[in-house]
Amino acid sequence: MRAGPWLSPPIPKNMSATPNPLAPAPAVRPQLVAPAGSLQALRMALQHGADAVYLGLRDATNARNFGGLNFTEADIRTGVAEAHARGAEVLFAINTFPQMGAVRQWHHAVDAAAGLGADAVIMADPGLMAYTRDRHPDLRLHMSVQGSATHADAIELMREQFGIRRVVLPRVLSVAQIARLAKQTSVELEVFGFGSLCVMAEGRCLLSSYATGDSPNNKGVCSPAHAVRWSEEGGTMHARLSGILIDSYAPGEPAGYPTLCKGRFSVQGERGYVLEEPTSLNAVSLLPSLIGMGIAAIKIEGRQRSPRYVADVVGVLRAAIDAACADPARFAPRQEWQATLGRHAEGDQVTQGAYDRPWR
Amino acid sequence: MVTSQSAAAPRFGIAVGPLLYYWPRTTVMQFYADVAQSGADRVYLGETVCTRRHELRHAHWLEIAQMLREAGKEVVLSTPVLVESDSDLACLRRVCEQDDYLVEANDLGAVRCMRGRPFATGPHLNVYHGDTLAWLASLGAVSCAVPVELDGNALGALAAVRPAGVLLEALVWGRMPLAFSARCFTARHHRLHKDSCEFRCMDYPDGLAAVTGEGQPFFALNGIQTQSASCLDLCAQVPEMAAMGVGMVRVSPHATGTLDVIGMLDGIRAGTREAAPSGITPAGAEASNGYWSGQPGIRWHDHEVRA
Repeated sequence: MRAGPWLSPPIPKNMSATPNPLAPAPAVRPQLVAPAGSLQALRMALQHGADAVYLGLRDATNARNFGGLNFTEADIRTGVAEAHARGAEVLFAINTFPQMGAVRQWHHAVDAAAGLGADAVIMADPGLMAYTRDRHPDLRLHMSVQGSATHADAIELMREQFGIRRVVLPRVLSVAQIARLAKQTSVELEVFGFGSLCVMAEGRCLLSSYATGDSPNNKGVCSPAHAVRWSEEGGTMHARLSGILIDSYAPGEPAGYPTLCKGRFSVQGERGYVLEEPTSLNAVSLLPSLIGMGIAAIKIEGRQRSPRYVADVVGVLRAAIDAACADPARFAPRQEWQATLGRHAEGDQVTQGAYDRPWR
Repeated sequence: MVTSQSAAAPRFGIAVGPLLYYWPRTTVMQFYADVAQSGADRVYLGETVCTRRHELRHAHWLEIAQMLREAGKEVVLSTPVLVESDSDLACLRRVCEQDDYLVEANDLGAVRCMRGRPFATGPHLNVYHGDTLAWLASLGAVSCAVPVELDGNALGALAAVRPAGVLLEALVWGRMPLAFSARCFTARHHRLHKDSCEFRCMDYPDGLAAVTGEGQPFFALNGIQTQSASCLDLCAQVPEMAAMGVGMVRVSPHATGTLDVIGMLDGIRAGTREAAPSGITPAGAEASNGYWSGQPGIRWHDHEVRA
């Protein structure tokens, strides 16, 4: 495994030195973007080969506003220094929607990102992008997955209006659709490589506020911990969100976090995972195609996960991306990579989700 | 249309949102023939959920549009909410390229396709604060449907800073659209692939309810869209909304009750009827209004009706 940071490396010399008219254009190594929910996780990410980390403040200005998670401004200053010392970037997520009466909080986050030396800000809301362009014209803008830009016109609008340099693509697109997008826009594309899977188009899902009052858009949370209640009756574990029964587990059945789209409900008398099974996205086997189409960055989901998760998943993705860039034609995911990722998957299950659409 | 209005009666327009379900063409035609006779001022038309649905082609929607316009309604053509497939893109282009009717842009790509011409924005464009509303207005937005999770205080604050010439619109009745996926949940329930879904969503004219293990209705499946199982009912809050500066209230089409709700709203603004919860819901649905007071959207609160 290759340790250490990568500086969005140029095309390897050995690939450009011997031009072969039949070979596809040499691949550019995508940036590996790792989640940092804490300084400890940030350090793990850097040690295990992340090219960039993404993080946010301890408030509703980012979409992982979970208790005990995220950064004080002092911690960000430390994190930025450590990342830059290793040649890695810090991407600052301010990817929720400013709420009336509290817009100043989001402006403060933008000013903090600029003042603390973040390399880019990740945003979903056009009004906040307008503020950023006005106050910090040199700050690099990335469109968050929460911005729900699913096709070229949406991406190009944000480029024309705010000069976004990168867009994080919603997890509703297939590989073929991403390949087409790559040809239609000059904006860099970032896609998810591993992590918990949103089956819904991000930024347009209000299921959580419908049940609890708090959503990713308005509070930066989904199925928030403060609304979760566990109870046991005759050996059966019940998981509730704001009193609504999301799932029940028979004695001995492993119980997961009650994310409401991954609960079990009944439709026409039939009980099951009506929307989605507890499962994680694993796109490792798709890396050669993603790299071949010029994807700029591969993102790992999971700022809410442990430093151990970050270390393991970054390590695997680092090795996999390097292997896929070195020899895309002969790339195959190694068994030990998949075993490691499987251990960190939700419900111990993985899927390629919308990328290959088995449900099509 | 309002004919006689007392000084105290609230002033607001009534909009019929886009039909979110897949109904047989004759049912759709009859529904809009009824809408033409109703007190609705504005009618949104077109397929916003799934462009695989084909009971009505673009030409059929245009026929309905013409009929409604002749009946004195303002017609708005809506674009798909989640644009990813070729047919979504084709539908988006068809709607945005026509010049006969105002367009409801339901994603950022549609905003770009309008290229400065006037447009309305749908409830999934995430307009939560004034700067975003101002930005959309600078690109040509003349009307903006707010997110359904916005509470009454936030809506009032947003209305207070709305740019001149921009109409704010809020959903007041119907199952609330809560989420969209590339995946079709109706097909999934029937163990069918999306591409060979047999158009089963036509069997559920108000969506297909999913209930919890304790029998509590939670959400409703409508193809790629997930809705609330409960029916939003903010009919009692309509005068308050109007006083805030919300210019238009939206009713979302259901198999039953829609026309009655439009009639009640029309009565409220005519001053012939007290503002109160409609008491009308689609078959099997409970009423909800929790979002209005900053609570979970599924809940119902009895509010004192302000004069």
